Amino acid sequence: MGQYLILLYEDEASWAAVGEHEAGEILAAHGRFAAAHGDVLRGGGWLHPTATATTVRGPGGGGSQDRDGFAAGEDALVTDGPFVETKEALGGFYLVEVPDLDTALALAREVPAPFGGVEVRPLRDM
Amino acid sequence: MSVDPAGAVADAHRREWASVLAATVRVTRDLDLAEECVQEAYAQALVAWGDGVPARPGAWLTTAARRRALDLHRRAAVAERALPLLVVDEAAPEPLGAPPDDLLALLFTCCHPALTPEARVALTLRLLGGLSTPEIARGFLVTEPTMAARLTRAKKKIAAAGVPFRVPGVDEMPRRLGGVLSVVHLVLTTGHTAPTGATLVRDDLLDRAHDLARLLRSRFPDDPAVAGLLALVLLTDARRGTRTGPDGELVLLADQDRSRWDAAMIAEGRSLVLEALPARPVSRYAVLAAIAAVHADAREADDTDWVEIVGLYDVLAARWPSPVVALNRAVALGFADGPDAGLAALDALADEPRLAGYGYLAAARGELLRRAGRSDEARVALGEAAMLTANDVERDLLARRLEALT
Repeated sequence: MGQYLILLYEDEASWAAVGEHEAGEILAAHGRFAAAHGDVLRGGGWLHPTATATTVRGPGGGGSQDRDGFAAGEDALVTDGPFVETKEALGGFYLVEVPDLDTALALAREVPAPFGGVEVRPLRDM
Repeated sequence: MSVDPAGAVADAHRREWASVLAATVRVTRDLDLAEECVQEAYAQALVAWGDGVPARPGAWLTTAARRRALDLHRRAAVAERALPLLVVDEAAPEPLGAPPDDLLALLFTCCHPALTPEARVALTLRLLGGLSTPEIARGFLVTEPTMAARLTRAKKKIAAAGVPFRVPGVDEMPRRLGGVLSVVHLVLTTGHTAPTGATLVRDDLLDRAHDLARLLRSRFPDDPAVAGLLALVLLTDARRGTRTGPDGELVLLADQDRSRWDAAMIAEGRSLVLEALPARPVSRYAVLAAIAAVHADAREADDTDWVEIVGLYDVLAARWPSPVVALNRAVALGFADGPDAGLAALDALADEPRLAGYGYLAAARGELLRRAGRSDEARVALGEAAMLTANDVERDLLARRLEALT
């Protein structure tokens, strides 16, 4: 068995433009997806738009942890916005546990992502 | 009894490599390790077969390779492995309890859509064709280190992403089979006219295309696209011996000695075309094979039914439009309706960006201009074509055509 992260990349402008009714239908489709695959679903989430993102980068990357806890310190540069600006942005994810890539791709095809697509990434064994 | 182990081993390499490797992958669940074990098995055979070649060389090699794999497992050399093991179906859900088809599983793993098309071809030639990295690199216009890196990356992805070693299920099969067919087609076209180098034909690639198409036909006897692809391989390969002259120079279709075309291959190819062409939706390979069959049916080049060929290119252009199809259609039109009609069709392609730098456009134009009696313009076009090809044999032919123009 392997774990895969299914990352949803969608056009934020399209999402912002949909009416309440259409948004409700998309969410309902996600609900049906989650209900149908509860046995392999290990997690998931829906992100606020990238306008709410804050990026931290600097000498310590996203915060060097070699000192006590989080210690990005004064060297880290904190900026408003996502790590990379793209038309289709990361907007949500599912974590699934399945036997192989084919099974993960079959699930990925079912994920509702009307304004973009999904990326499937295997997780390393830790 | 005196035996020649080297010859027997070379023969077994050609015939059995893919099956031995596929059976070993099931044990090692690691492509690199399986390759290593199979190579060692062949090295052992060189020595062991001096006393007599086994009745079933493939079985002997598989046993040797698997034994080697189990040895390595015991030594726990694999315990520190960086990549996860391949996902292998232990009890494959085959109908009627048939044994799992390792060879087909290996082919579908190599041609998985999660790999780039370039990597699919390279892996297929390496793992099923038994070709070396330099041999594959030469066929695809890349350096050896680039090809080695491409193969390594693909194998890593197969392991890390969990691409399964398995024949796809019925629901997935239509989509997956198409991907495998396009890999075999690319091996065929690359072997038929090598994009670079001193020889026109790459025999090793053509042989592999032949083997793969046969393998698919044996496993999917009712699939029209598979029948079409095998027909295309046969009808293309039937002309192999006549496409170059005594000094390796290119002989065009019109000038080939048709009595030396392989009649058995043509007969089989033709009957496969008749089987594949009526299926709907029609397969692209069946149409391409039908074009090759029309050429094969003409006893002399002048007897060619160019109207039929234009019609088949119309089918291609309608369903799978591409600048190359349009170019070939224009050439056929130049024979069916005369050079002026061909030139008019080519003019429409002059601004096609995807044909910029494509030598065949200039070559086709030069040929049509020559036949239209416009020598000066023909000279310019043929000269341009000679500059654009990277195949020495093609360049020589263009040079000869240029000389003949004066």
